[in-house]
Amino acid sequence: MTYDPEVRERLERDAKQIISRYPRPRSALLPLLHLVQSEDGHVTQDGIEFCAEQLGITPAQVTGVVTFYTQYKQKPVGEYHVGVCINTLCAIMGGDQIWDELSEHTGLGNDETTPDGKVSIERIECNAACDFAPVMMVNWEFFDNMTPEKAKKLVDDLRAGRPVLPTRGPEHLATWREASRILAGFPDGRAGEGVQAGPESLRGLELARERGWEAPPADVDRERPDEPVRPEQISPPPHEPGEPIPGEAKPGSQEGRSK
Amino acid sequence: MTTLTPVLTRNWDQADSFTREGYERGGGYRALRKAFRMEPDEIVQAVKDSGLRGRGGAGFPTGMKWGFLPPDSPNPRYLVVNADESEPGTCKDIPLMMANPHVLVEGTIISSYAIKSNLAFIYVRGEVLHVIRRLYQAVAEAYEAGYLGKDILGSGYDLDIVVHTGAGAYICGEETALLDSLEGFRGWPRLKPPFPAVAGLYGGPTVINNVESISSVPSIVENGPEWFASMGTEKSQGFGIFSLSGHVTRPGQYEAPLGITLRELLDMAGGIRAGHRLKFWTPGGSSTPILTDEHLDVPLDFESVGGAGSMLGTRALQIFDETTCVVRAVLRWSEFYAHESCGKCTPCREGTYWYKLMLKRLEEGQGTEEDLETLMDISDNMLGRTFCALGDGATSPVMSSIKLFRDEYLQHFEQGGCPFDPAKSTLWGGAK
Repeated sequence: MTYDPEVRERLERDAKQIISRYPRPRSALLPLLHLVQSEDGHVTQDGIEFCAEQLGITPAQVTGVVTFYTQYKQKPVGEYHVGVCINTLCAIMGGDQIWDELSEHTGLGNDETTPDGKVSIERIECNAACDFAPVMMVNWEFFDNMTPEKAKKLVDDLRAGRPVLPTRGPEHLATWREASRILAGFPDGRAGEGVQAGPESLRGLELARERGWEAPPADVDRERPDEPVRPEQISPPPHEPGEPIPGEAKPGSQEGRSK
Repeated sequence: MTTLTPVLTRNWDQADSFTREGYERGGGYRALRKAFRMEPDEIVQAVKDSGLRGRGGAGFPTGMKWGFLPPDSPNPRYLVVNADESEPGTCKDIPLMMANPHVLVEGTIISSYAIKSNLAFIYVRGEVLHVIRRLYQAVAEAYEAGYLGKDILGSGYDLDIVVHTGAGAYICGEETALLDSLEGFRGWPRLKPPFPAVAGLYGGPTVINNVESISSVPSIVENGPEWFASMGTEKSQGFGIFSLSGHVTRPGQYEAPLGITLRELLDMAGGIRAGHRLKFWTPGGSSTPILTDEHLDVPLDFESVGGAGSMLGTRALQIFDETTCVVRAVLRWSEFYAHESCGKCTPCREGTYWYKLMLKRLEEGQGTEEDLETLMDISDNMLGRTFCALGDGATSPVMSSIKLFRDEYLQHFEQGGCPFDPAKSTLWGGAK
């Protein structure tokens, strides 16, 4: 089985664009694999052969790369792939309990998918959000400060098709395939949505503001840039600095998750 | 008393901090204009003079790394930004790129100009979708403003930046594995020498720097190396983001001069969670040997933490209180290293595998005292015997915990199980 001619033509167009980013074609392999994953939902034999053809390498060489990286799935995952961090810090802060309860609630083991294809769950390693522990991810968006109850509701909402919002992420949760396409280098135009930072990220800055702490002033005699930004070049922020963006879920809370 | 020094985090409370407009409102891209009036070598010298040391964990002087590029190589030079933040406990680069991606883009342009490279890559881990969106947007905005592309701001200098997403592999944070991954291969570390400065990406001279290191460059160029060096300690200069996580009242990001102590940081973060006390902590991620409450006043700089038997690493301060079982914590880290070992070097591949099995047995109370000697023996056979530092890192929690908490290991098999209740360690189970 291979791709239909229209699909193939579209993928080839995308592949050409990806390859053109790099001085050497083979560098495009990781994004190309994200691309075929966005088409098929996981890395299929067709996808592997497509990547090999585009780069002039063998399917075996491509397979060797696929099996090395955990984000490439060799069997179908859910439309929403749910990760629970079980690395030490999150595990101890409650990630282990979240995993146990979620696994029991869904009847799924690691890397297993619900029969309706909606949700799969995975034990994931540290996702660089330890100050928000315990952390979960859905299609690689952050769900911070989770509890077993929030985790179960999250999965129930995903299965029922109720919209859920990440804590620090856009106002629409991308599907697994949509997320894979972004990873291939085709953004969805949602970078401007969501908070700029979660409350934990701002703890130090807020304390510094409260106590009047700053980095030392630079030498006043230092050379000034010749093109300082003029006031008229500055447009006001869309809303008050530090205030949540209007109509948006409060950072760090579950409020507004399910509309 | 040490106070906080927000520089990279200074605009994070502005709702549009991640846009070019928001960044420029706070003076963003002024350093870039100044940089173009300097010779590239002057910028290298300024970074050397500032004392900036790599913020990705190893602490190698950044300017010196830049100076290692051979002046006469016929191959193109590359700058590669290591944005593969994955070390357990480390959580500074991800919020930095989410809230302030333009400081990284500006730093990348200035650093590329300084090392005379015309193509830079930002290798970002693939599991952080919204951060990736923000990076794409920041790079696109920089092109629109004429900060990237041909003849940037009339300087005659050309630069392209490619944002490249990884696909889930801790090892790709190791700089030579990252290069293999960026070339489209399995992320396997390379034998050094040759170092990447001589033969890196596509065999060309390559500089690989951490996100926070590169993001510190605009402020050094704008304010001068003396300004940067006026913060921190004599040998560990400047500021850094300290990430507090775990059993602390207000976990989060605290940007401070190097040399601040955990006692000072804990004071700022409201202390250990109510009703509990500090048991052990990591100064810089799971690959740095654990410390205890005896080390609260150790200045968090490269030398002092080294002197205390650990490493400053990435300033990832994972805080654990007395409800935490150290054997369970070390088991989990060991499972992580076993999962992430790339398999290239036998001592690491086999050592982490046996760690995992033995620690599981110990945690379940099935071990013997002899197992502790075996674990130390395995550690000796891993440490310093692998291509990269993953194997070394894996030994840190095992060796340091056996040294500091031997009795707790013994307790496990004396009573035939774990003496701790994991429910008490959770975010919701801590109230007394």
